[in-house]
Amino acid sequence: MAPLLQSSQPWVEKYRPKQVKDVAHQDEVVRVLINTLETTNCPHMLFYGPPGTGKTTTALAIAHQLFGPELYKSRVLELNASDDRGINVVRTKIKDFAAVAVGSARQGGYPCPPYKIIILDEADSMTEDAQNALRRTMETYSKVTRFFFICNYVSRIIEPLASRCAKFRFKPLTEAIMSNRILHICHEEGLNLDSEALSTLSSLSQGDLRRAITYLQSAARLFGSSISSSDLISVSGVIPEEVVQALYSACRSGNFDLADKEVKNVIAEGYPVSLMLTQLFDIVVEADDVSDEQKARICKKLAEADKCLVDGADEYLQLLDVASNTIRALCNLPQEFSYEG
Amino acid sequence: MLWVDKYRPKTLDKVLIHDDVAQNLKKLVTEQDCPHLLFYGPPGSGKKTLIMALLRQMFGPSADKVKVENKTWKVDAGTRTIDIELTTLLSTHHVEMNPADAGFQDRYVVQEIIKEMAKNRPLDTKGKKSFKVLVLNEVDKLSREAQHSLRRTMEKYSSSCRLILCCNSSSKVTEAVRSRCLNVRISAPTENEIVRVLEFIGKKEGLQLPPGFAARIAEKANRSLRRAILLFETCRVQQYPFTHNQAIPPMDWEEYVSEIASDIMKEQSPKRLFQVRGKLYELLTNCIPPEIILKRLLYELLKKLDSELKHEVSFWAAYYEHRMCLGQKAIFHLEAFVAKFMSIYKGFLIATFG
Repeated sequence: MAPLLQSSQPWVEKYRPKQVKDVAHQDEVVRVLINTLETTNCPHMLFYGPPGTGKTTTALAIAHQLFGPELYKSRVLELNASDDRGINVVRTKIKDFAAVAVGSARQGGYPCPPYKIIILDEADSMTEDAQNALRRTMETYSKVTRFFFICNYVSRIIEPLASRCAKFRFKPLTEAIMSNRILHICHEEGLNLDSEALSTLSSLSQGDLRRAITYLQSAARLFGSSISSSDLISVSGVIPEEVVQALYSACRSGNFDLADKEVKNVIAEGYPVSLMLTQLFDIVVEADDVSDEQKARICKKLAEADKCLVDGADEYLQLLDVASNTIRALCNLPQEFSYEG
Repeated sequence: MLWVDKYRPKTLDKVLIHDDVAQNLKKLVTEQDCPHLLFYGPPGSGKKTLIMALLRQMFGPSADKVKVENKTWKVDAGTRTIDIELTTLLSTHHVEMNPADAGFQDRYVVQEIIKEMAKNRPLDTKGKKSFKVLVLNEVDKLSREAQHSLRRTMEKYSSSCRLILCCNSSSKVTEAVRSRCLNVRISAPTENEIVRVLEFIGKKEGLQLPPGFAARIAEKANRSLRRAILLFETCRVQQYPFTHNQAIPPMDWEEYVSEIASDIMKEQSPKRLFQVRGKLYELLTNCIPPEIILKRLLYELLKKLDSELKHEVSFWAAYYEHRMCLGQKAIFHLEAFVAKFMSIYKGFLIATFG
């Protein structure tokens, strides 16, 4: 590969912590891993948590710190969803790699313990069969191989695998820690970010540091070195508050045609409907003058529509259905239809 | 040459609508490095035009010299090899393709072909643009697995390859892919903007536009610029010089759907349902996508209904459209919707008039 231009490297990669102790906010994991570095004793690990909280970073950092750059290639196998990970690969590639025995030779100041590490990133997208095929492999070669599973949803990892691992939950980052990191990057890149923009960035990214950094970089590319909060909003693709409010108040008015017009407008403007549902949900939940029962009715429909969208249903029809249901809930019209045959 | 192609802006400077987006894009490109881009917006809003103009801005006029290649790729998928045939558009600097055409094998297309393409780094003596651009259309139609495998590919080959993704709705693109791209939302042009473009074309063609004529076309076009220009050209062929009250020809299938709608309103009986089925079949055999038929039918029906029925009908429309995309044969669900509507409407008529 050609040498990367410094500028073309995503900041997410550029500012990825290189050492375990630099990983922010995940104290338990960091403590266990630092202990590992000293004793070179390491269980199988399962990292889970929302995106952008440092799971992959931690796994890569510990692998690098254990083996150093020279041995890294031969001791660490990194597989993620873009590699084929069907049952065949588990049976051949992973098994072959796991079976190789290695010695422990301390090299160049790195601990180099006598085992290899297999990092399975995005493990929740592995099929159940593939996971099942791993069970025995993990035990047979446990002397020479450690597995690191990384996933968003721990419930998608089958129980037998999960019980063989030490589980670590990665918490979403707090606002303070996130701002700290963002300010550090701004300082390094020579960016100007006022406090309003900073808090907007934290609320937009909802504890996902990767997303925050990506927004920051996109905004810096588009708008230069001083970034305001409205720049960040336009980059993040969040639907402006007015648009969501307009739809909500159209629903409040109880007029179907008005709501239909707003829905058409949302579609024509190209706003993603799944995002619209999320933002509508926020408004509904926070509304003071809506009764609990009404909220429940609206939210139930939102959930159903979201599922339909995932199945690939048409955005306009789903949003119209949501709007019509919201009207009925807010105006206390009966839930059941009267003319259903 | 159709006017739609003839007046497609060739450079970012000449773009008539979305000029703010165009200026931002220009800024991006001139700074050497360019992130992955995801364009999303409704059809006829100018996504492809912007992408082509962007490529031209990046690579100069050589980006226009494209050739169509029908290539068969051999992909090794574990135990067997799969042949995938795919049409691509290539120039020296970019490749454009439609990975969703590979159907259920799209995962292999994304994994293997893009990997291979991204690995072959372009040779450029000046060393200026050391990356290739890969334009992927209709990414929202890609399967979930294919999108998952896209995410790592994007990171891995980011030094030699930039992806430009293009889709209608970004809800169907996974969060993981979206968060790796700079998202560019292209909204549908407003009626005023369409009028401006139509007047511009009218001037270039040397046509006399009666006042309000362009506005009437814009109103008919449903905020799709492509459709507006096509309608404009149709009017030109039909009758010139334009008269003040010249009829703007509606799309024939829309007429047909509105005919179906009034059929349903007039009589609700199994016999009528049978007739409607024939008409729906005819629409389907003319390659009108079923979800568009359903949407149009709903639109026509909503115009004629009391407000209390609107809620119910729109609920069932959403319900059957969802079922349609889970199922195989569209006609069942279209017909089910019609039958449902008939029963609701009949119930309503009986309840009101006895």
